[in-house]
Amino acid sequence: MTTPTIDRPGSTAEERTRAARPGAARRGGGSRVVLYVVLCGLALLFVAPIVWMISTSLKTQVDATVSTSLIPSPVTTGSFEPLLSWDSKDPVLRWFVNSVVVATVTTALVVTTAALAGYALARFRFRGRGLVFSMVVGTLFLPGFIFLIPNYIIVSNLGLLDTLTALVLPPVGGAFGVFFLRQFFLSLPDELDEAARLDGASDYQVFRSVMLPLAQAPLSTIAVITFLASWNDFLWPVYVLYTKTTLTLPAGLPLLQGAHHEDQPLIMAGAVIASVPALVVFVLAQRKIIESVATTGLKG
Amino acid sequence: MATSAPSRRAAARVVTAPVGQPSGNRPGRRSTPWLFLAPYLCFFGLFVLGPALFGLYVSLFDWHFTFPNRPFVGLDNYVKLFTPGTRDFEPFWRSMGATGTFTLLSVPLLVTLPLGVALLVNRPFRGRTAFRAIFFAPYVLGVAVVGVLWRFMLDTQHGIVNKLLGMVGLPDTTPWLQQLPWAWVSLVGATLWWTLGFNAIIYLAGLQAIPRDQYEAAELDGAGRWAQLRHVTLPGLRPVIVFIVMITVLASANLFGQSYIMTAGDPNGATRSAIMYMSETGLGQFRMGAASAMSYVLAVVLMVVSLLNFRFLAARRDDS
Repeated sequence: MTTPTIDRPGSTAEERTRAARPGAARRGGGSRVVLYVVLCGLALLFVAPIVWMISTSLKTQVDATVSTSLIPSPVTTGSFEPLLSWDSKDPVLRWFVNSVVVATVTTALVVTTAALAGYALARFRFRGRGLVFSMVVGTLFLPGFIFLIPNYIIVSNLGLLDTLTALVLPPVGGAFGVFFLRQFFLSLPDELDEAARLDGASDYQVFRSVMLPLAQAPLSTIAVITFLASWNDFLWPVYVLYTKTTLTLPAGLPLLQGAHHEDQPLIMAGAVIASVPALVVFVLAQRKIIESVATTGLKG
Repeated sequence: MATSAPSRRAAARVVTAPVGQPSGNRPGRRSTPWLFLAPYLCFFGLFVLGPALFGLYVSLFDWHFTFPNRPFVGLDNYVKLFTPGTRDFEPFWRSMGATGTFTLLSVPLLVTLPLGVALLVNRPFRGRTAFRAIFFAPYVLGVAVVGVLWRFMLDTQHGIVNKLLGMVGLPDTTPWLQQLPWAWVSLVGATLWWTLGFNAIIYLAGLQAIPRDQYEAAELDGAGRWAQLRHVTLPGLRPVIVFIVMITVLASANLFGQSYIMTAGDPNGATRSAIMYMSETGLGQFRMGAASAMSYVLAVVLMVVSLLNFRFLAARRDDS
């Protein structure tokens, strides 16, 4: 567990040892100003495009073409209004709803199936376990693009082309969640389920009432990663969906760009709508997401 | 209803009653793990294991999506990719070259710059978490938003980038997305902005895993900041650097969205990536046999590159 206090100056071991030596402390103080200046410059570079996107979406078309100011004058939500009506010819609101449905259902399915499978692979001994596990892990090393053509044919044979179901189902077969949760369930002590079994709990009860509550942290890691990946998925929806009203936001944005390439505020309004949920999830779960990347990145 | 273990249920904060029969007679224990596995394995078989093999099968046919007649052609789809003068030879290898160019340009930057950022953010100071979050934020946006955003910021006439350059007296007519060195600068730059934070976070985790006492020992030996970086930090980070190189090469080889949205492959297909050409062939023109063959050729090339990377970087570890 990381504690929040680690970010406060003076609380880490390095800081304390540095403070103990006067020479080092003086050097640290001098370079601190430089550090802040460099970091603030960098941070500006990273934030500016996002600020520009939001600011442009609130401008009039003339203001956006003429002015370089980040402050819109006048501030207008005029670009959002045509996008947010259900029957708009640029049905961004529908794309938004589609994206929410796809990302939510995908996440629920991935978390459920991966938890069950990861648990079975970690805590049952049975014939074929090694084989199943090595097949699942083996596919982690396959590049995603080799699935594109065959999955398109499969989805088409299932009659799912141009449906949101075509976006939801394939990611559920992904191996990462199973692998990640198996590693977690392996780390729990055997005594846990033995005690529950003595009390007469069934296998499913042990899983549901003993194991799952303990797995909240790794489950939410998988949930956050899956949601963001699904929300932002681009290549697959671009080709699998083609009716204007069934698109997701990432698949719709290039369409919007093609139809209104002179109307910057309108397209940036679309981009803002596509970013807001991801940014909200990020702001709310910032620490969680960054930790997920750090841990899963290293383990993966 | 399960009433056999109320205390445990309370402790576990689970309110919902489990489904099925929680009575003592447990159903065949041999099948239990398979019941847990079954939902996942259905999806795994249908959308991962199946297609991995089915794709190979498709690549052996002249498989056109809309034609019922799909003659078996053996390795012909592969042979054609290596035969000059065939329909796909020139554009396919050109697109492989584009992906290669992008990888060569972006990987060195995405391996070194995030390390620099991670080193800056790794020191203890006020606001550290905020900076960490800011550098990571673009990564959550997704390639469609990033592509559209930069496509408009880099617009030759109306883009903010050229306007700002003009304001400080620099040339303000650079065709960022239409002409050649610039199109690469734009694609690499946007990708850098998008994913730098991701690599930095992984570096940061690696940095925090290096034991403190190694730095203390180095300091006792009189090593300065620079010497500590060379003799403690970099060797300690070696496995993380290898990992970053591998995942960044793979990510760069997957180039699609940036070119698709920002340059549409322009000028003249020069920035059309391998995946772009493959998906156009398979899902645009529906020549799926040829496209499957392309995907496996690209996969093999990637595997070779990854193995070479690993060999090279792992061998260097033995030297030091």
